Amino acid sequence: MPSSTAKSPVAKLPLSEDEPFLGHKACAGCGGSLAVRLVLKVLGERTFVVLPAGCMSAVGFIYPQLAFGCNAIISTFAGTASMMSGVAAAARALGLRDYHVVGFAGDGGTADIGLQALSGAIDRGDHFIYVCYDNEAYMNTGVQKSGLTPLGARTTTSPAGRVLAGARSHKKQIFEIVAAHGIDYAATATVAHPYDLIRKVEKARDTAGTSFLHILAPCPTGWGVETSETLDVARAAVDTGLWILAEFEAGRFRINKTPRRFKPVSDYLGQQKRFAHLGSADAFAIEKERDTRWKRLQRLCGTAASG
Amino acid sequence: MTGDPAAQPKFLSGNEAVAWGARLARPHVIAAYPITPQTTVIERLADWVAEGSLASEFLHVESEHSALSACMGASALGARTFTATSSQGLLYMAECLTYASGGRFPIVMMNANRALALPWNIYGDQQDSLALVSSGWIQLYIEDAQEALDLTLQAFAIAEHPEVLTPVMLNLDGFVLTHTYEPVAVPSQEAVDAFLAPFETPNKMSLTHPVNMGFTAGPAHYTEFKVQQHRAMKNALKVAADVGRDFARHFGRDHGGAVVPYLCEDAEVVLVTLGSVAGTVREVVDELRSRGQAVGMLKLRILRPFPERHLLQAIGRCKSVGVLEKDVSFGYQGAVFSDVAAALSGQGSKPMLRNFVAGLGGRDISRDDVRAMFAMLQSACDQTGESRLHFVGVEESTHA
Repeated sequence: MPSSTAKSPVAKLPLSEDEPFLGHKACAGCGGSLAVRLVLKVLGERTFVVLPAGCMSAVGFIYPQLAFGCNAIISTFAGTASMMSGVAAAARALGLRDYHVVGFAGDGGTADIGLQALSGAIDRGDHFIYVCYDNEAYMNTGVQKSGLTPLGARTTTSPAGRVLAGARSHKKQIFEIVAAHGIDYAATATVAHPYDLIRKVEKARDTAGTSFLHILAPCPTGWGVETSETLDVARAAVDTGLWILAEFEAGRFRINKTPRRFKPVSDYLGQQKRFAHLGSADAFAIEKERDTRWKRLQRLCGTAASG
Repeated sequence: MTGDPAAQPKFLSGNEAVAWGARLARPHVIAAYPITPQTTVIERLADWVAEGSLASEFLHVESEHSALSACMGASALGARTFTATSSQGLLYMAECLTYASGGRFPIVMMNANRALALPWNIYGDQQDSLALVSSGWIQLYIEDAQEALDLTLQAFAIAEHPEVLTPVMLNLDGFVLTHTYEPVAVPSQEAVDAFLAPFETPNKMSLTHPVNMGFTAGPAHYTEFKVQQHRAMKNALKVAADVGRDFARHFGRDHGGAVVPYLCEDAEVVLVTLGSVAGTVREVVDELRSRGQAVGMLKLRILRPFPERHLLQAIGRCKSVGVLEKDVSFGYQGAVFSDVAAALSGQGSKPMLRNFVAGLGGRDISRDDVRAMFAMLQSACDQTGESRLHFVGVEESTHA
C-alpha cells in the first residue's frame, strides 16, 4: 500500500500510515470515504473488501483507476452480506489464515435492499465485519430517501413540499434490528470519534463470528453543510443525543457515551440545509423520538431508572 | 475406451444424478435455496455434508439471489462452487446471472426447468431458462439421468477452462427428468479426480497478489470487456467438444457434441428439440422410419453458445425443419425457433420452417402430438410469418 507523504491529523491516531483507500473520487468532506479509510487502516492489507453499488464503489472502483490497496470486489446492491458469506466460506474451505472479510455498504444498501442478505448472514454467524456507513440517503444516485433518512430530512424523493415536508418517518433502528438477531458483536460509531471507532473495529476484527458497525458518515453534498463541517456535524449528532454511541456484545447492550445534558436538537438541525424547512412540530417529534430511543436503549442496557 | 471399472450402478432421479455429479466434483462451497422441483438436489448434498462424506461448505442462504451472490464471492477466491435453482428462483437471481458471467466466475448451476407465474405452476417447461438465454451463461439441456451426472462433471471442466471462464447452467426438465428414476452408473471418486483437475485460475483475489475485481467500466472500456466475454463464450463450443471426448476416454460414455443428430443424414424432414422430450421424438422417428419416411431429429445439447455451424452441417440441406420447444417469446415465437431460423436463413437452400410450442406448464407431449408435428412438416405447403407458429394441443385454431 502507498504511504501518505503529508502528515494529516489522522496520522496522529494509533494507525498505520499506509493508505488502503487512495486516489478515489469522493466529494470533498465525504464522511463515507473517511469511514472506509479508518476501518481499513485498522484491518490492514490482508483484507477482502466487498462493496455493493453505492458511493464507495462509484468513487473507488472505476477501471482503470482502482483505489483499494487490498483485495476488493463489487457485489450486487442487495448482495453485500451474501457475497461476504461466500468469501468467508471459500476462505475457510481453502484453508486461508490471518485475513479479514469486510463489507462497506451505505444506509440504503444495508437497511433497505440489503437487509435480507444481512439477516441471513448474521443468522449463520458468518465470519465477517459488516460496515454500514450511514449518510442517511441514497447519495450516490442523487440524495433519495432511504430507510435510514431521519424524520423531516429533505431529499430529492422526500422534498420539502407544502403537504409533505421532507421524510415522513423516523430512521429504522438498524442497530437494534441487527442486535435482535443475537449477533456476536455490533456497535455504532461516527467518523468524528476516531478513537472510539478504532476500538470498535479492533473488537470486530477480534470477534470470531459476525460483526456489524453502524458508522454515522455525514455527506456535505446531501446534507447541505460545508465540506469542512463533516466532523462538526457528526459530533453534534452525538452531543444532541440524536446518535447514540453504543455496543452490543455477548447479548448485552452498552451505551458508550451519555451526555450529561443533551444540546438542543436545533444545534444539529440548524446546521444543515436538509432541515431548513423544518417546522417546530417536526423538531419536537425528533426530540421526542430521541428521548424514546434513549429510554429504550437504557432499558435494554439495564441502566434505566425504574418507572 | 478405458471406462471406470469402480463405477457403482445406482437407481437415481435426475436431481440425484446431478447431486452425485456435484459431490464427485468436490465443490468448496455450495450455496442454495429450496424451490420445487430442485429441492432433492440440495437435500442430498446437505445429507452428505451432514454425514461427513462431502467436505463442502454448505450455506443455507435466504434467497436465490443470495445463493448466487455467495457463489460469486467464493468463486472470486478461486473456490469451486455449485448451486441449483428453478423457475421463479432463477428469475429472482437474474441480476446475479449477469454479474457472474460478466465477472467470469465459473459457477456451475443446475436449473430445474419449470413454468413461470402467473398463473402459478410448479411443472416443467423451458420458459425460465430461455427468458435468461442472453444472461451470458453457457446453457446445457439434459435428456436423461446419466447425462445429468456426466454433464455436471463436464460442466465444471468447461466453465473453469482458462479460455472459457464462464458459468454453466445445466437444464433438466422439471419432474419429467428431475424426479424420474433411472439406472445410472456413478463414477468412482478416483476416476473423477483423474478427469477433473482442481480449479486453478489467475482471475481471483489472493492474499499474496491483491486485486480489485468486479469493477466499474465506463463507455471507454465496457465494450472491450463484453467482447472478451462473447469470445470466451464462443470458445466454449470447442472446449465442450474436447471435454466430451476426454470424458469418453475416462468413462467410456459419449453423449455427443453441441448438437446430436439422429438419423439426419438422409432426412428430408427434421424436428429440432432440446431436453427430455428428445426421447419421445426419437421413438416417433424410429416408428416413421420403419414406414419408410425420411425423418430425423436434431437435439440441441448446448443452446448458448449457439452451435450454428454444427446445426447447419447436420440439417442445412433438409426440406423442412420444425422446432419443438416448451417456451414462447410472447408476441413473436419460440426463442429456440428464432435462433434456428436465423441460422438457416444464412445459407443458400432455405428449408420450410415451423415452430411447435408445447409442454407449457407441464402439459404432456405425447407421441401422437409428435406424429402430428411430423405430418405438418411433411405437408408440402410453405408457411410464412405468424402461421409458422403452432401451439400444440390447443383447441380451435392450431395456428397462433
